[in-house]
Amino acid sequence: MQLATDSPVIEFRDVSYRVGGTQVLSGFNLQVMRGETLVLLGRSGSGKTTSLKLVNRLLSPASGEIRVKGVSNAEGDVIRLRRSMGYVIQEVGLFPHFSVERNIGLVPKIEGWPEDRIHARVQELLHTVGLAADTATRYPHQLSGGQRQRVGVARALGADPEILLMDEPFGALDPITRDELQREFLLLQQRLHKTVVFVTHDLREAVRLGSRIALMEAGRLVTLLTPGEFLRSADPLAAAYVRAFGEGLGSTANRGTT
Amino acid sequence: MSFLVSAVMSYFGFMLQNHRQVLELTLEHLRLVGFSTLFAMLIGIPLGMVIAHRPRFNKPVLASANIIQTIPSLALFGFLLPVPWLGERADRLAILALTLYALLPIIRNTFTGIRGVDPAVVEAGRGMGLTESQLLFQVELPLAVSVILSGVRVAVVISVGLATIAAAIGAGGLGEFIFRGLAMVDDRVILAGAIPAAILALVADFGVGWLERRLQPR
Repeated sequence: MQLATDSPVIEFRDVSYRVGGTQVLSGFNLQVMRGETLVLLGRSGSGKTTSLKLVNRLLSPASGEIRVKGVSNAEGDVIRLRRSMGYVIQEVGLFPHFSVERNIGLVPKIEGWPEDRIHARVQELLHTVGLAADTATRYPHQLSGGQRQRVGVARALGADPEILLMDEPFGALDPITRDELQREFLLLQQRLHKTVVFVTHDLREAVRLGSRIALMEAGRLVTLLTPGEFLRSADPLAAAYVRAFGEGLGSTANRGTT
Repeated sequence: MSFLVSAVMSYFGFMLQNHRQVLELTLEHLRLVGFSTLFAMLIGIPLGMVIAHRPRFNKPVLASANIIQTIPSLALFGFLLPVPWLGERADRLAILALTLYALLPIIRNTFTGIRGVDPAVVEAGRGMGLTESQLLFQVELPLAVSVILSGVRVAVVISVGLATIAAAIGAGGLGEFIFRGLAMVDDRVILAGAIPAAILALVADFGVGWLERRLQPR
């Protein structure tokens, strides 16, 4: 089914989610457009990670629905749904007993790709994320934090999903490595045009990587702005963020139209 | 000193004279331990996997295995004696009792091994679209295998010792020598059972330990 470019790839419709007595997400509406990097920005506990996990059904909403490419994600096979989107988390979660090659090639393998095609795909992805070809035979414990996270991104791209869900992927890295990976992410995104939902609490990262920023607080969407608009926003919470991160944000802003 | 030397000499003399029987009883012993450990693994590992994923069941299952462990072995052998099909053959009965004793360390280690797998790894796997069984067999079990094997190792060592008591109900094994030696008040005969049993325990401990290190995930 071919969708018009202006129809959302992911859409939250009046979604709420609660754990026990706590309302984690309420009346949440959001549209993620094709090829954009939508950043969910907020403090811990604001519901941003929850929103992400609702997309690939690691969590199910209490009410409302999440539509992926026009279809409610509660319909159909959850395994198919998850394999159609890459998932990157802060802790990376590489399989410690698998080589880098097996980690990256896992989804293609369980999807039944032939061995030589998996091998070629792994080599291609290692190149894409800026790792040497001989990294393939190494194990996660032999890699640095930055290399591990690159492998994490490569693994998420394994079966070439249209959608990428990224939960603070660069949060645990040192500033220099983080800067490097952010730059490479931008370059990657210019080439691949994935539809990305990116969770962070770092405004600098949000402004740099996002085509739009969804600011969240206490389970609600506060405002949805482009990086440029965000920096000039009169919204008290957005302004508080800008103040907290200080000067020089303007120069980092993502002005790309994706 | 010379007393010790002559004692050792007479012990080896006895072993040498009876080497055929020593070998036979050692094999019987191995059979009791081997089958019971195998059965305990076949029951205990799946049970441990189930309770690792269904927290509701972990207390009752572990508590039951614990209670079995507290029954004195001689009493358990005695209790099982009147059970129809089992009571016919002492070795069946011994294998059942040894299986029951081996359950606790195997269930408990399978449970802790799987629960000990890094939650981030499991979540990443689930988020990537692994099915629950792919997650179990490709991720959780391989990562838990050395912990599970260390449970098996404990179970084997306990079984080698406990199996000597099975001779009391006529199930054979190295306990035969020990009970006979006790009755005859002859240390040589006791040692003819005790020393091979100790060696068996050490060898099993070393063997499973080696396997455990070989299969250790990186």
